[in-house]
Amino acid sequence: MNIGQTNFSIKLNILAIIVAFFATAISSTAQAQKAPEYNNDWLMDDQTLYFFMADRLEYNVNSGLNPVVFDAQGYIGKDLNKFWFKAEGEALTVETEGEMEFQGLYSRAISAYFDVQAGIRYDVAYTANTNQSRGFAVLGVQGLAPYLFEVDGSIAVSDAGDVSASFEAEYDFPITQRLWGQPRLETSAAVQEVPEWGVGSGLNNIGLGFRLRYEIVREFAPYVGISWNRKLGQTADFVRDEGGSASTLGLVGGVRMWF
Amino acid sequence: MLNLFQHLSQKILKRVQDDICLYLEFFSSKSKNRFTMKDQDNSNTISRRTFLRYAGSLAAFAGASAVLPGYALAGFGQPKRDVLTPKGPDNIIDLTIGHMSKDIDGKMGKAIGVNGSVPAPLIRMQEGQEVLIRVKNELEEDTSIHWHGILPPFQMDGVPNVSFDGIKPGTTFEYRYTLNQNGTYWYHSHSKLQEQFGHYGPLIVDPAGEDPVEYDREYPIVLSDFTFEDPYEVLENNIKMEGYYNYQRRDVGEFLSDVKKNGFGNAMEDYLDWGRMRMSATDLLDVTGATYTYLMNGHGPASNWNALFKPGEKVRLRFINAGAGTTAFDVRIPGLEMTVVHVDGQDVEPVPIDEFRIGIAETYDVIVEPKEEKPFTIFAESLDRSGYARGTLAPREGMLAAVPDLRPRPQRSHKDMGMIMHMGDMDMEGDGMKMKEMDHGDMDHGKMNHGDMKMPAMKETPVKHGPDKHGPGAAAIAQNQFNRLDEPGIGLGNDGRRVLTYSDLKKLEPNVDTRPPAREVELHLTGNMERYMWSFDGKQFHEVDSPLIFKHNERLRLILVNDTMMEHPIHLHGMWMELENGNGEYNPRKHTLMMQPAQRLSALITPRDKGRWAFHCHILYHMERGMFRVVQVEDENGSIYETGEDYG
Repeated sequence: MNIGQTNFSIKLNILAIIVAFFATAISSTAQAQKAPEYNNDWLMDDQTLYFFMADRLEYNVNSGLNPVVFDAQGYIGKDLNKFWFKAEGEALTVETEGEMEFQGLYSRAISAYFDVQAGIRYDVAYTANTNQSRGFAVLGVQGLAPYLFEVDGSIAVSDAGDVSASFEAEYDFPITQRLWGQPRLETSAAVQEVPEWGVGSGLNNIGLGFRLRYEIVREFAPYVGISWNRKLGQTADFVRDEGGSASTLGLVGGVRMWF
Repeated sequence: MLNLFQHLSQKILKRVQDDICLYLEFFSSKSKNRFTMKDQDNSNTISRRTFLRYAGSLAAFAGASAVLPGYALAGFGQPKRDVLTPKGPDNIIDLTIGHMSKDIDGKMGKAIGVNGSVPAPLIRMQEGQEVLIRVKNELEEDTSIHWHGILPPFQMDGVPNVSFDGIKPGTTFEYRYTLNQNGTYWYHSHSKLQEQFGHYGPLIVDPAGEDPVEYDREYPIVLSDFTFEDPYEVLENNIKMEGYYNYQRRDVGEFLSDVKKNGFGNAMEDYLDWGRMRMSATDLLDVTGATYTYLMNGHGPASNWNALFKPGEKVRLRFINAGAGTTAFDVRIPGLEMTVVHVDGQDVEPVPIDEFRIGIAETYDVIVEPKEEKPFTIFAESLDRSGYARGTLAPREGMLAAVPDLRPRPQRSHKDMGMIMHMGDMDMEGDGMKMKEMDHGDMDHGKMNHGDMKMPAMKETPVKHGPDKHGPGAAAIAQNQFNRLDEPGIGLGNDGRRVLTYSDLKKLEPNVDTRPPAREVELHLTGNMERYMWSFDGKQFHEVDSPLIFKHNERLRLILVNDTMMEHPIHLHGMWMELENGNGEYNPRKHTLMMQPAQRLSALITPRDKGRWAFHCHILYHMERGMFRVVQVEDENGSIYETGEDYG
């Protein structure tokens, strides 16, 4: 029994050697190589990309409040589907007071120039002795509109059910090959009034700005400009009630950078 | 999260530091460079003399070789450069690919060279030879060599993931094939962005019989672009910011001068028009002279590559655009007529011209016959006029001719956008430049009249684009597709120079396959400059799940439509494209077709070699961003292997 088995395996071995020999002989005469199977995942056309831009990082000299303003965004993702994050806010330098918002969005390309974005937003506001926050669900559209306006508009519903909308547009034009002019518009509106956040119903505010930036390199551009912000309607009343002014005009200086 | 933040902040700090340094350097070197160039031009510095003497001896060596009758390689690059010919009974050529630093006009750049040289050495073989080329990879990443224009068995074609597995670090791959063709070709890496690092070189196959082209002396002229930046960063920059390298935008100053020329209304309308389309009239090349130094045989403009001639000689200049990155060159030799005799490795009926545009990967051989004992500048401007490569053709060492100024950068026209011109455009073209460019093609200069949009002088009614918008990956769709074969291209043909066009090309020998095409395949070139996505039919390569099937030995017509507003040199591996330019059986054979914006052209193809072949835009960054397909040539059984090869 044992011997028989051994014999059999020896025979098998010899057979294997013979087969291997012929196989080698055949392949070497044909001198061909088997090509890789068709595959389409080896170019750099489906890579994960990342981008971060501090569009505005500036000091605003206005009627004594002198806030530091930041407006940054970026993404991690592929060409058509991305995780998009945005952060925007201001902090006064003369006293302890500030307001900021952070967004985390899923961004999907819906056309050559536009992405639709959905996600959450988290707002924080603080003074020396108060601190409040609220969350939102956000749905927006961001992209390049005809006539080369960079636009970003969104509708948000807060955790308390308050509905608001905001819209921003920027336009960049070259004055020289490195000096750019950038007019900017932003506005927001709310359906319900939210007094604790100083938000009235209707159109809340309109902001206009013009910045002049010099691209030392594309990634790094210091700028100067003016920024005018006017609170409207009920929102303006809330500010006035607190002894503030509904309209501020300031000189800004800052830097735009990205990587 | 904290780590990521640290990493990011470090990166931005480093970046800003680098950039500030670069900027300072840029400013100080910009002005300095000009002086050093002038210095060299006038005083002919010692280093150049020494260099030329060396080059002269190289030429003597090459000329003495029996294999290379009359062949001289004066000044072809650096000390290690020489001509590689197959050696021994097995016709062996050995190549080693490795990192090196490359001196470009006195500045050192990181490069990938072949046998220690950028461009790679000239490979010179004989038609009919069976050669064995052993390629050793000394990089720490995979590499490859593709023999551009050569039709070997597909496993020898050198495209990783398509025809073979690539050459792993530390290993040697043996390319073995028989040369069944002759002509001017080139070779280069087909792996990632290695080409942009300098991994390309000229390849000449001498004919078995008599060369129909007569010449006394010859030089290969490899045109290319080189960046001191990391090419991977160059790509990223383009993805992150549209027009990152475009420093020739239409700025306020230009707007004001347009207002002066054309009136406020017209200028405004034009600028608004481009804005409305979300396009840039100055979108000419993705990567420009802002980062590139343009090279002629590896030499920057300041180092002035030199070639010698004797007055009365016929000199054959074999131009190869190994532009690697994105550059199309416009080549001329002021004071000399050039006669085009050979294109993409194919002999063509001689065409006398003053200038020609060479797209990436194309080759053009011209004959020049300088009669006078004086130097001539070989001048190759980039399409967007952001820089140039240049060299000198001279009767004696150390002579220099005047270097022309760069011409003004052209602008895209409505035709480039696939739009039929309306009168608004005509009013705009006060500067003559764009107007000529635009009316060159489809209308007999100035015959067009207001009311008649049919344009009687139009040779061919433009083809309308179908309903398919090709998705988010395609920003522009050329609604009208034009023939454009008799147009020299943007910025050319409007200054009295005779410029070569594709309709001028007529093959010397007739094509063998006279069957009419049995079927048609239509592909659209698509892209989105804003997202920097490039594709065919709106699909990036990673979205395409199967190869394009061509039947072995069928006769088919490939129709290519450029929906974008940029030029794309489209290369098909493994088979010839017989460009249908109206010359019937003498239609020119091309391996690379330079497509103009909104152009619709067609080529007849007989796929004689089975296998999987790459088909792509030869702008390296476009290829990597998805403008790539695989063509599978299979027999009736669906096999891509030759009979006797038991695979598949």
